[in-house]
Amino acid sequence: MTATLFTNARLIDPEAQTDAPGSLLVRDGVIEGIDAEAPEDATVIDCNGRALAPGIIDWGVKIGEPGERHKESFRSAGLAAAAGGVTTIVARPDTLPPIDTPESLEFVTRRAGDAAVNIRHMASLTKARGGREMVEIGFLTDAGAVAFTDGVRQVADTRLLSRCMTYARGLGALIVGHPQDAGLSRGAAATSGKFASIYGIPAVSPMAEVIGLDRDLSLVAMTGCRWHADQITTAQSLPALRRARDAGLDVTAGISIHHLTLNEYDVGDYRTFFRFTPPLRSEDDRLAMVEAVADGVIDVIASFHTPQDEESKRLPFEAAAPGAVGLQTLLPAAMRLYHGGGLSLPQLWRAMSLNPAKRLGLPGGRLSAGAPADLVLFDPDAPFVLDRFTLLSKSKNTPFDGARMEGRVIGTWVAGRRVFGGVA
Amino acid sequence: MTFRARHLLGIDHLSPPEIVTLLDLAEDYVALNRRTVKHADALEGMTQINMFFENSTRTQASFELAGKRLGADVMNMSVAQSSVKKGETLIDTALTLNAMQPDLLVVRHPNSGAVNLLAEKVNCAVINAGDGRHEHPTQALLDALTIRRAKGRLHRLTIAICGDIANSRVARSNLLLLGKMENRLRLIGPATLMPAGAGEMGVELFEDMREGLKGADVVMMLRLQKERMDGGFIPSEREYFHRFGLDAEKLACAAPDAIVMHPGPMNRGVEIDGTIADDINRSVIQDQVEMGVAVRMAALDLLARNLRAERGRAAAAVMV
Repeated sequence: MTATLFTNARLIDPEAQTDAPGSLLVRDGVIEGIDAEAPEDATVIDCNGRALAPGIIDWGVKIGEPGERHKESFRSAGLAAAAGGVTTIVARPDTLPPIDTPESLEFVTRRAGDAAVNIRHMASLTKARGGREMVEIGFLTDAGAVAFTDGVRQVADTRLLSRCMTYARGLGALIVGHPQDAGLSRGAAATSGKFASIYGIPAVSPMAEVIGLDRDLSLVAMTGCRWHADQITTAQSLPALRRARDAGLDVTAGISIHHLTLNEYDVGDYRTFFRFTPPLRSEDDRLAMVEAVADGVIDVIASFHTPQDEESKRLPFEAAAPGAVGLQTLLPAAMRLYHGGGLSLPQLWRAMSLNPAKRLGLPGGRLSAGAPADLVLFDPDAPFVLDRFTLLSKSKNTPFDGARMEGRVIGTWVAGRRVFGGVA
Repeated sequence: MTFRARHLLGIDHLSPPEIVTLLDLAEDYVALNRRTVKHADALEGMTQINMFFENSTRTQASFELAGKRLGADVMNMSVAQSSVKKGETLIDTALTLNAMQPDLLVVRHPNSGAVNLLAEKVNCAVINAGDGRHEHPTQALLDALTIRRAKGRLHRLTIAICGDIANSRVARSNLLLLGKMENRLRLIGPATLMPAGAGEMGVELFEDMREGLKGADVVMMLRLQKERMDGGFIPSEREYFHRFGLDAEKLACAAPDAIVMHPGPMNRGVEIDGTIADDINRSVIQDQVEMGVAVRMAALDLLARNLRAERGRAAAAVMV
């Protein structure tokens, strides 16, 4: 029986939406309570007034296993996550080959033992992410798949998608959609507008997202399945999302930290580390999305960690692979929203920890008694300049290279065991 | 006699007394069929044409045998590979046949409602041997006879129908018949194979087979068509069998004396475990085939009686 008492902490409680000084007692890897009486032999960690919050649950992380281990392994992703205050990675199935059978899910589940943090897996929605046949949603759910998604490949055949949704409804399975109309989005690397036109980058209107969202929400209304939009990135999508909620549909939505902290102009001189799917939006959209997170219309913030090797990015902008690593930069990037964006720490942790836990049925995301002691201790104010080569991820494709950031992780605990940081 | 129908197009327009009349007559034919000499003369001199626009072995054989045992001249036409291929419309095919003066026409067609359309164009009695996803009345009647013989009654039973309900004419006819006889009906299957609006059909719906089978007196399995197996409606045969295949463990949820039925042909290991299908204490699948011939004899007999009576009335009217 081991007990640890975190004293003198600034406790960030996303459930109670409080940010207050206090202590937290952990026993045998489980949170016992806030300001609880500690046994005499408890290990005491003085937090020196730093913030102590539930560990981040990063929903939608690409790991290169199987198929692209040179870009990221479970081990390297686990190290980066621990250093970034992420205690649970929810991995994407868009690997090579995709995670589309209980057998391949069993493989990655076994491989995930290499990581120092919790790893949960999503499975693909259709076989080989081909959009033609549904996967064994029943067997995969039994094998531990927390959600089903074809990633950035939209299932074009609405009849097949409706059947997938109907079948998933019966099993209570969650489907994650990528609501970007495939036809309009084809070949696009930027959001259409003045910037893309001047730089001559193939671009797509944000309306592609509105079309994709309307289509998918209609199918959700038809089938009654549980559904989550991976990334909602334009203000024009928000009315449809609100209407769906008001109509009682079981719908949630997420956004990447990059779409909350960067805009289309950050691409600047064709910097390929700023190429994302969907592409970065206008500043108006970015501000609207920050507000949507504050209002709770957008439920989840995640890094959409997408490791790419140097060669995939050392290409003309429109030919470069999209995506950025984010496990280690999610927290400091989120601090930009805390310091200058009007979001409180409890609001941020609701989106980065509590809501993903609730939506995926995971035990973390809380500071309440009985929750696992998955914790991050961090200094929201500590400044630093990011050098991408200090990142622990195997891939270094971050848009924040050389950026001035605030927010440093001091320690990370998974089930009460310290996985990052020295003796505090 | 309470059986008034001119055609047997579906269960929908049969009354409970008509159903009982037909089943009672079928009992007589069950006895006849078990004799060495199986001949009766109910259809003596009449012509029966079996017209199958969709391939069938079992149903066609059953109707052929039924007609022959009653003394009719039976002709089989596999229209699937003849005049339809040459571009003739359904109505033209019907008129051509009608000109040959048949008395009984047994029709199977892949489109729902096609047999009704055909029945409007001919002068003989028409039996629907399955139209699209609509009805397959003789299957429901033979199932009813099988249940009545095994359970001693045809009312107040809990009957679970499992599998591809949405695409099954057998399920529709059975729902109608067993509903008319006041049974408690349950449908079990993945939502992708449930018909839209099933919730408003006065039945209970289950996606958990164990729940759905609880206390059931009759477990009626449906065939899963091969073309439904590949990812469109269900992900795979193995997941389907895991969730909806009838095995000993799931059957244990039903009543201890529950009977197991299947309209055939079976996919062993997909919708039903082979050992259950072969268990003589539970499975009545072979009885269903036997009852099939008897029920079809009864149907042909009753329609022929009505046809003769109608023609007699017409002749009398001409004489007046």
